[in-house]
Amino acid sequence: MKKPNETTVDMSRRRLLQGSGIALGGLVLSTWLPPLVSKSAAAEAAAAGRLGDRSGEGYGAFVRVGPDGVVTVISPKIEMGQGAQTGIAMMVAEELEVPLDQVVIQEAPPNSALYTDSLMQFQATGGSTSTRVTWEPLRRAGATARILLIQAAALQWRVAPSLCHAQNGQVFGPNGLQAAYGDLVEAAATLPLPDAVPLKTPEQFKLLGTPAQRLDTPAKVNGKARFTIDLQIPGMLVASSITCPVYGGRLLNVDDTAARRVPGVRDIVRLDNAVAVTASNFWACQQAIKALKIEWDLGPHAAIGSAQLDQELLAASSRDGVVAKRTGDIEQAKQQSASQFEAVYEQALLSHSPLEPMSCVAHVRKDACELWVGTQVPVFAQQTAAQVTGLPVEKIQVHNQLIGGAFGRRLEFDFITQAVAIARQVDYPIKLIWSREEDMTHDLYRPLYADRMQAALDEQGRPLGWEHRIAGASILARYVGSLPPNGVDSDAVEVAVDPIYSLPHLQVRYIRQEPSVVPVSWWRGVGPLRGTYALECFIDELAHNAKADPVAYRLELMAEQPRAQAVLRLLAEKCDWNQPLPAGQGRGVAVSAVFGSYVASLVELEMQGDLGVRIKRLVSVVDCGFATNPTSVKAQIEGGTLFGLSASLFNEILIENGQVQQTNFHNYRQLRISEAPAVEVHLMPSLEAPGGVGEAGTALIGPALVNALFAASGQRIRRLPLSRFGYYPV
Amino acid sequence: MQTLIINGQSQQVDVAADMPLLWVLRDVLGLTGTKYGCGIAQCGVCTVHLDGQPIRSCVTPISAVVGRSITTIEAIGETAVGQAVQQAWLAHEVVQCGYCQSGQIMAATALLQSQPAPDDQAIDAAMAGNLCRCATYTRIRSAIHSVGQVEEA
Amino acid sequence: MKLISNLLLLASAALLVQAAYAQDDSLAKGEYLTRAANCVACHTVPGGEPFAGGVEFKLPFGSLFSPNITPDTKTGIGAWTDDEFVSAMQTGVGRDGKHYYPAFPYTAYSKMSRDDILAIKGYLASLEPVEQAQRENHISFPFNQRWGMVFWNLLFLDDERFQADSQHSEEWNRGKYLVEGPGHCGECHSPRNLFQAVSSDRSLAGNLLQGWNAYNISSDPVHGIGAWPTDVLAGYLKDGAAPGLGLSSGPMAEVVENSLRHLTDADRQAIAVFLKESAPRTEGVPRPQQVTLAEPGSGNALGNKLFAGACASCHRWDGTGSQSQTAMLLGLKTVNDPAASNLLGILLSGHGSADMPVDRLMPSFGTIYNDQELAALSSFMLQRFGDSGAQVSVPAVAKRRTESLH
Repeated sequence: MKKPNETTVDMSRRRLLQGSGIALGGLVLSTWLPPLVSKSAAAEAAAAGRLGDRSGEGYGAFVRVGPDGVVTVISPKIEMGQGAQTGIAMMVAEELEVPLDQVVIQEAPPNSALYTDSLMQFQATGGSTSTRVTWEPLRRAGATARILLIQAAALQWRVAPSLCHAQNGQVFGPNGLQAAYGDLVEAAATLPLPDAVPLKTPEQFKLLGTPAQRLDTPAKVNGKARFTIDLQIPGMLVASSITCPVYGGRLLNVDDTAARRVPGVRDIVRLDNAVAVTASNFWACQQAIKALKIEWDLGPHAAIGSAQLDQELLAASSRDGVVAKRTGDIEQAKQQSASQFEAVYEQALLSHSPLEPMSCVAHVRKDACELWVGTQVPVFAQQTAAQVTGLPVEKIQVHNQLIGGAFGRRLEFDFITQAVAIARQVDYPIKLIWSREEDMTHDLYRPLYADRMQAALDEQGRPLGWEHRIAGASILARYVGSLPPNGVDSDAVEVAVDPIYSLPHLQVRYIRQEPSVVPVSWWRGVGPLRGTYALECFIDELAHNAKADPVAYRLELMAEQPRAQAVLRLLAEKCDWNQPLPAGQGRGVAVSAVFGSYVASLVELEMQGDLGVRIKRLVSVVDCGFATNPTSVKAQIEGGTLFGLSASLFNEILIENGQVQQTNFHNYRQLRISEAPAVEVHLMPSLEAPGGVGEAGTALIGPALVNALFAASGQRIRRLPLSRFGYYPV
Repeated sequence: MQTLIINGQSQQVDVAADMPLLWVLRDVLGLTGTKYGCGIAQCGVCTVHLDGQPIRSCVTPISAVVGRSITTIEAIGETAVGQAVQQAWLAHEVVQCGYCQSGQIMAATALLQSQPAPDDQAIDAAMAGNLCRCATYTRIRSAIHSVGQVEEA
Repeated sequence: MKLISNLLLLASAALLVQAAYAQDDSLAKGEYLTRAANCVACHTVPGGEPFAGGVEFKLPFGSLFSPNITPDTKTGIGAWTDDEFVSAMQTGVGRDGKHYYPAFPYTAYSKMSRDDILAIKGYLASLEPVEQAQRENHISFPFNQRWGMVFWNLLFLDDERFQADSQHSEEWNRGKYLVEGPGHCGECHSPRNLFQAVSSDRSLAGNLLQGWNAYNISSDPVHGIGAWPTDVLAGYLKDGAAPGLGLSSGPMAEVVENSLRHLTDADRQAIAVFLKESAPRTEGVPRPQQVTLAEPGSGNALGNKLFAGACASCHRWDGTGSQSQTAMLLGLKTVNDPAASNLLGILLSGHGSADMPVDRLMPSFGTIYNDQELAALSSFMLQRFGDSGAQVSVPAVAKRRTESLH
């Protein structure tokens, strides 16, 4: 009855129910899938054995049909605005034949055994995987439930199941027989699981592929949606903290005499590297924090500045490091080449700065700890709380929440650790809220990178040999504790080791260079952001060097990538690529095949004076396979593109005396609506498996922008943001 | 004791005169639809209406609003324009993470209340103080235009 | 008769002074006068120990550094005698006969009585000594020849104590004493001549220093403070804000912060009364007309855009302010000064301190907006809210950036 690698239940239902923590009753189905081939960097996490994962067991997600007919999906993916949960609900609703508004989403509790992501190999929301990893199992879960419900009805009516069909939350039989799902679940729950669960083909979809209304949005337009920062727990006080301005520093002394006098203040809590205040409201916390007289031991990094970090990184990019990939014979290619071309691309430290600052509700009691927090990594939240409190993991309850923007920030749990550390010193629940200033100066930043690229070119300026050195910090090593034995950070070398261009003699080297003065972490686009920027800038430079058309040059080199070629061709068509522009105007393109999707983007801009940049068009062509919800796909490309544009134009975290200089939005500029061009998105119709789209737009805008700037002005910028060189949007 | 008129109802609070309206709304009155983002009037997520005008509640001391009419996201749907804006937001799938959208909707409603059919320039002028890190700007613009067209027709 | 009334006036002025202190306590008096004379401003580097000196004064002929006036015997004034201190304050001649440069406003302090000066000394002596050595001045020849100050002093130092004028009220006299004596308002607000001396016939007519325009504060209604109601002017000295008339920024905000807000209401009122009756000077930046302007959308698209994004949230499109009236731009000289001195100053450096109300804080925008952007933004503001019609140039912004912002 059960085949390996098939969607079936491999535990008793009762055990699963106990594990999932949902109420008993009704028909409950669960699905399991074998782990898919791991590609993403985070897979290393499980391999390193630090995550407590049981990745071999695969992926689980629960679908429950209740006696009231309501379908509950226990979602291992949280909603950060990417529309993932609506997509998941659509998959279930499609196969289960229920209206989308009959589906309720519940956040999954932390449970690596049940909710491990087969691509990332731990329970997390990120890496543009949400649709990709749920696509198969969630539809199968819906289909399985539908088959069982039809069987239950058929048994009741004593007719053949083949004479019955499901629609709109009901089973219909011959002669006008019909029964609601809710009335059938009890009987269905006793039936054996079906041998085969055929899935609909895309042509049969009624809901998937339509621009269905998001489920989470109605509560977000009337103020009813509760984010972590909005939660109210009985007896709770608000907490806020100030952490040592230099990473690695410690608290020496604090005089809190004046702070205690601020009305509403309850406690001043001392931590190793921070001081926290609890009070009846956030304002009182802030007033009290201002009144604290704190003496820090700034630690070993207090003299470090950005200039030093840049110099060290640039020097590192000339070293050999470790080989991440080697194909062909690079030395021979160099000898045969007619000329060589070299360029170094640098990328800045970036803050995440989601608009909801870091916040976490924590209640630590003697025997248990409860957390209410929007997190991309509920298992880590549980583990850190266990470590801080000394309680066993099973005594830590995590209630995941809506997230007011993450962009990778909530793959970290430093603020959760701090919230628990404060909560364990008081006997009431606290809601820790960081001020914007704390949030920005105590982020874990997108690392600095320097990509040194050398191409050995033939007579026509086409690459024969290709050498790529990547210098930068290893997020992966910090995240999981170490790098694999080969010393290669698989995230840091993404795209470089697997370029869309045919490069027979390729050598990629990785040089780990840590800016110890600040911690670094995942940032929307992750490895492919870094990699696409370097690759797509360099290939553009090579095209111009060869006096070739940048689109034609790329197309010729990506002959083995038909989907990439197709998006680039359509982009050129949509943008009148072959129509020349007046002087002072230019177009730039970039192409990628990352996160399982193929995307090509174009920027068309006009120079006003030497430094004024007016962006006239932003266009993307997307082949993300089957688009489960085309509206969400477009929205992700639009938002991702402008998110990347903001960083490419303006953003750079600078360090002086070991301290982050940017503190709030008046000195860390964000794109505003008046500076946001419309983003045109064209979806390629496709029946391929869905790819991720949350990060591709972000990865492409940087290179497309600098390529367009070159086309318009002749100035080649190899380091973002553009504002560093005086450019500004007009 | 200060008397505030919030969403048409008179409310008594007893707070320091310099406490910003934002924290009175959120932490004293439990109206958490109005958000905190920057505290320096640079992001707009704390936007509420004061006598019908959009203001940033994070930099508005409570002493400046005593006895004046304050409307928050929780009640904006009770106005015709506010409701139209909320519906346009859903119809255009503006929302991503949603954290800034309370402020966006308050700013857009104030704009449409004073200018029923704003052009792009007017939208830029009225909405540029409201940041969206998910960058839903393209859809915000379309949604406002759609309300404007209905109003115009 | 006149003499008697003068004496009576003086006596009652002294009573007024004493009434200002909670008790007849010379330490409290010293602290009050130290505040009134704003010693802390010039003798404290940002983030440094109060009164330990080291503040740089950039003058046309070089740089001066203020000395340590804490009671440290080695590097401060702990070993100074009363006579030495009084001599420094009244004649600008220091302990070892060394002449001070008039960046130290002894020409104003000279008006203070020995008792008042010694009260300040007493207060300073009560502070914790801080050992912090004097920084070397960098003054070019011939100005590095301190003896030259002898002649300067002959020309420009009156070396006379304050004398009450019986033609005027006690309040006026008190105000004059505070303005011309410890308050040394003219040091910034009066133009200086070629010799860096305050010109007496243009007193309080306004002056540009370190990039900031210390506006005309004479009684002229257009160029000075003549149009300000007296109590509003007194309120400005307390809060640094008078909606539609003036918002303190830059160095004046620091004067309010460190000095004026600590004075008594009566003393601030006295200053206002005196200023309102000072000689009118018709020069400097005029106040703009207060008019509601047309909706935005003129040619300056860049300035328009930046104002909408970063400024309109508080200041509103019509400049009337939004959160509270302190954000009102209409009526301010700042938006009517064609050089945009203070406008650029505050855009570049912002404004605010930890205990300031939230509606008074102004973020600095100097790092995220470049010279082109700030030129466009300030031009937009001048044209929209002022009458000058001026256009701020990109080099003017670049120059303003290089000037000290505090």
